[in-house]
Amino acid sequence: MTALLEVRDLVTEFDGREGRLRAVDGVSFSLERGEILGLVGESGSGKSVTGFSIMGLVDAPGRIAGGSVKFDGMELVGMPDGDLRRLRGKRIAMIFQDPMMTLNPVLSIETQMLETVLAHDAVPREEARRRAIEALGLVGIASPAERLAQYPHQFSGGMRQRVAIAIALLHRPDLIIADEPTTALDVTVQGQILYEMQRLVRESGAALVWITHDLAVVAGLADRVAVMYAGRIVEQGSTTEVLDAPLHPYARGLLDSVPAANATGGRLRQIPGMTPSLAHLPAGCAFRDRCGHADDACGTVPPITLKASRQVRCHHPL
Amino acid sequence: MSKPMLEFRDVTKRFEKRLDVIERFALRLGAAVSGHVVHAVDRVSFAVNEGEVVGLVGESGCGKSTLGRLACGLHEPTAGGVFYKGEPVNGKPVRAVQMIFQDPFSSLNPRMRVEDIVGEAPRVHGLVPAAEVPDYVAQLLRRVGLDPSYRRRYPHQFSGGQRARIGIARALAVKPDFLVCDEAVAALDVSIQAQVLNLFMDLRESLGLTYLFISHDLGVVSHLSNRVVVMYLGRVVESAPTAELFAKPNHPYTQALLAEVPRLDRKNRNFAPIKGEIPSPLAPPPGCHFHPRCPHAMPRCAQEAPPLREVAPGRLSACHLDA
Repeated sequence: MTALLEVRDLVTEFDGREGRLRAVDGVSFSLERGEILGLVGESGSGKSVTGFSIMGLVDAPGRIAGGSVKFDGMELVGMPDGDLRRLRGKRIAMIFQDPMMTLNPVLSIETQMLETVLAHDAVPREEARRRAIEALGLVGIASPAERLAQYPHQFSGGMRQRVAIAIALLHRPDLIIADEPTTALDVTVQGQILYEMQRLVRESGAALVWITHDLAVVAGLADRVAVMYAGRIVEQGSTTEVLDAPLHPYARGLLDSVPAANATGGRLRQIPGMTPSLAHLPAGCAFRDRCGHADDACGTVPPITLKASRQVRCHHPL
Repeated sequence: MSKPMLEFRDVTKRFEKRLDVIERFALRLGAAVSGHVVHAVDRVSFAVNEGEVVGLVGESGCGKSTLGRLACGLHEPTAGGVFYKGEPVNGKPVRAVQMIFQDPFSSLNPRMRVEDIVGEAPRVHGLVPAAEVPDYVAQLLRRVGLDPSYRRRYPHQFSGGQRARIGIARALAVKPDFLVCDEAVAALDVSIQAQVLNLFMDLRESLGLTYLFISHDLGVVSHLSNRVVVMYLGRVVESAPTAELFAKPNHPYTQALLAEVPRLDRKNRNFAPIKGEIPSPLAPPPGCHFHPRCPHAMPRCAQEAPPLREVAPGRLSACHLDA
């Protein structure tokens, strides 16, 4: 059985004043149906651009410069825009961080949801409306029929994100890409959204890519984790393996930086330095300037080494 | 250690929106219009002792930032009083109490150089003779881990973590002994956040600072503070020493909050969230604010607000279940 999503050596570049920047540099991963992948990284690591690249949403001055994205056997890179539009929103859906930006403030939820249904399916309006109400109910919105007539500003942040999720789910997509969907929410509301997503993925058998900077969220949600640094996936494996015994020094450093993992009051083990700008990456392994294990070998880009089901991109795995 | 440095006594802060012209006109015509009153902080009392780090946690709209601003004298309490070493602060900023803000982008003037951002206040307050200001700024920058050769730069030339350090240097410039950190690390990446938290702990040791650390991130608070105060919709619902609170939360809200915190050691768990959302502070529910979401709610909870009671030595909780 082939994987639902197969990303191979994806490269996305942006042309800017500082020259050509590689936001995504040779990213490869695959995803089965019903699987949840946590794509973790700090700002500027290229995790969001990876998501946009899969969706074909990279606009000029950015472009996909190489690699392939195969969805259910179809090549998405270089696919004509019309074909891509038929997939987006129908079989591949995306949920963004800020629902206030993705929902149109001057259209009612009903208009926006019906538009989504009718964009892909020629069904009567009543049927579309029924589906919208069902989707709202599915994500835990009380009295969905009344809420449908309201506008985005009448919803709270958590409720708005639920609406965005409901819109993403309207066509029962095979693949959902979620870009930091709970980052702007309160802890108790985040818990509710995570609960709904986990349940919906389990029930519908959709695959989910959960893009986040929060390792702790991924720990509870994902089956597999990929850690990104400066455009590359530095480590990939099952959630338990990666979080319990990371092989890459950056993944280790990131885990040690999370306060709850340390004893109260003690010093946090910090990663020295800061995330380098993409314009000034060191040659070879991008992490070597901040890494305690770096030596001359790190001057070349480390290949991906396989260790059982895990992949790590390091000359000196831990 | 046990001397109260900063004390909140029955502090209440209400924000009122006056009726506008049309609403006043409608009122004259007999329409049922009333002004909006937000009860941001509702009769809050607690003290921060010298040398202590008190973590103030809660979700959006619980009043934790308003309380931080009251502590600095940036707001005047509607009722009750804020006291710094026994002297009332009420709306009059005290130099020894300084604030570190959340957003390292908007809290620094983009048109000022770092040396002016950090050096302006000590010069104005006459803490340092004008001739010595450059040296003083260099010393402060070194203290927060910045290279003093950057002092001629503007804020946009720094990364988020460095900007957070500039904000800290600015607060330290007037020699405070009490820092109010309002979500001071919330905007930073995890690895940078760890660096800044370490800096806070180093400064506490070297300068003997006392902190009121406001955050929605329980991981950060548990790591840093000696005591935690939990707020919900303007009221304190629980206060306890950090280790005890995290080991055995007493109030149902604290329990729910702790259960929802994503943790690295809880993998592939089944999320079982508490129901509902935080009600609007414009129209808080009667009685105990938490009762519409509380799994243990009784009829009494809807009528009567539970007072803060001592449930164990040093532990306070506001819940009818404890009575």
